[in-house]
Amino acid sequence: MATFIKAISYYLPETILSNQALVEDFPEWSVEKIAKKVGVVNRHVVKSDECASDLAEKAALSLFDEWNVDKNCIDFVLLCTQSPDYFLPTTACLLQRRLGLKTSCGALDFNLGCSGFVYGLALAKGLVESHTASNVLLLTAETYSKYIHERDKGNRTIFGDAATATLVSSDGFAEIGSCELGTDGKGAEDLIVKSGAMRHPGRIGDMAYDKSGNPVSSDHLYMNGSEIFNFTLDTVPDAVDKVIAKNNVSQDDVDLYVFHQANKYMLDCLFDLMEIDEHKAYFYMSEVGNTVSSTIPIALSEARKEGRLLGNVVVAGFGVGYSWGGCLLKCR
Amino acid sequence: MDINQFVSNFAECFDDTEAEAFSPMLKFKELEEWSSLQGLTIIAMCRKNYGIRISGAEIQEADTIQDVYELVTNKLG
Repeated sequence: MATFIKAISYYLPETILSNQALVEDFPEWSVEKIAKKVGVVNRHVVKSDECASDLAEKAALSLFDEWNVDKNCIDFVLLCTQSPDYFLPTTACLLQRRLGLKTSCGALDFNLGCSGFVYGLALAKGLVESHTASNVLLLTAETYSKYIHERDKGNRTIFGDAATATLVSSDGFAEIGSCELGTDGKGAEDLIVKSGAMRHPGRIGDMAYDKSGNPVSSDHLYMNGSEIFNFTLDTVPDAVDKVIAKNNVSQDDVDLYVFHQANKYMLDCLFDLMEIDEHKAYFYMSEVGNTVSSTIPIALSEARKEGRLLGNVVVAGFGVGYSWGGCLLKCR
Repeated sequence: MDINQFVSNFAECFDDTEAEAFSPMLKFKELEEWSSLQGLTIIAMCRKNYGIRISGAEIQEADTIQDVYELVTNKLG
């Protein structure tokens, strides 16, 4: 039995944060430098009253509309988010109700970041192939902008908010091959929001500025960029080799690589290290930024519109956890 | 491993600073162009040219290009 991606849509919040606006806040930056190094020109951010569920709902409604999907066929909802509406109940349960899905539908959230879409594909494939579900609605939705301190130049430059909706079923345009997943919790402190959950329920209030003048705070998103960079270069090439071997293809057989769109500099280094031809490397971040678990489905959606989603496509997500995952998609 | 070649490789990590400005004793974090992103470029250069993994903390501890050179040579063994 084979499992496929049958449809993908995405939603971006209306508010746009441009490089020009960032340079007004951080005059030492230049618009050209951000675009050249980071690869992002605009990113979308939520308003204070917009939550992950709002974005996910709109992405799902777009999917139903654009792909003419009958919502009554959905029998499982998987939502990947690290910014849920509540500690409880599960945001996927709220979405079952808001989307008007049948009550025989399973629903759960899973907490992963940039590896989340690949994990979602692996979980959805398992649900379909075990006959637990026939049509899985895989949602990714993140509002990292709410975690980022307003003076955090690096993270405000990189990250954008978004949601995606993917229908996983027994037919479709991209067969989901074998997945390769990995975890190394030693990197937990390198990308973290420390306070707010049960370990530190209240605000810690330890905000300080590092030597470069960037705010470091347990109450906001903290990313150790150099360690995440090293982790990526240490881990992803080997994971991708394993994906290729596991799916009985060779590197020459791969037509396109769609990696998590962390930032342009990171991907340039990765593709250079892996000696991947430029024409096989897919980039889609300039108008959306790093949207965490949504980068890969957004990129797949855009690659498909450009007619580039053909043949063997390797996807790979990597980041917070540390957590990583790769998969081969056989595209028609 | 040659210090002059290392300084030349180091200089290539920077876009706006003239190559002549680079020498082993340059305190590179005092350059106007220095940023955390520049640190990633140096990490990538050390991996690509010397196969050596250095951390952001190690770059933070280094003052001069000579310090980074010695870090890499020590790791090369």
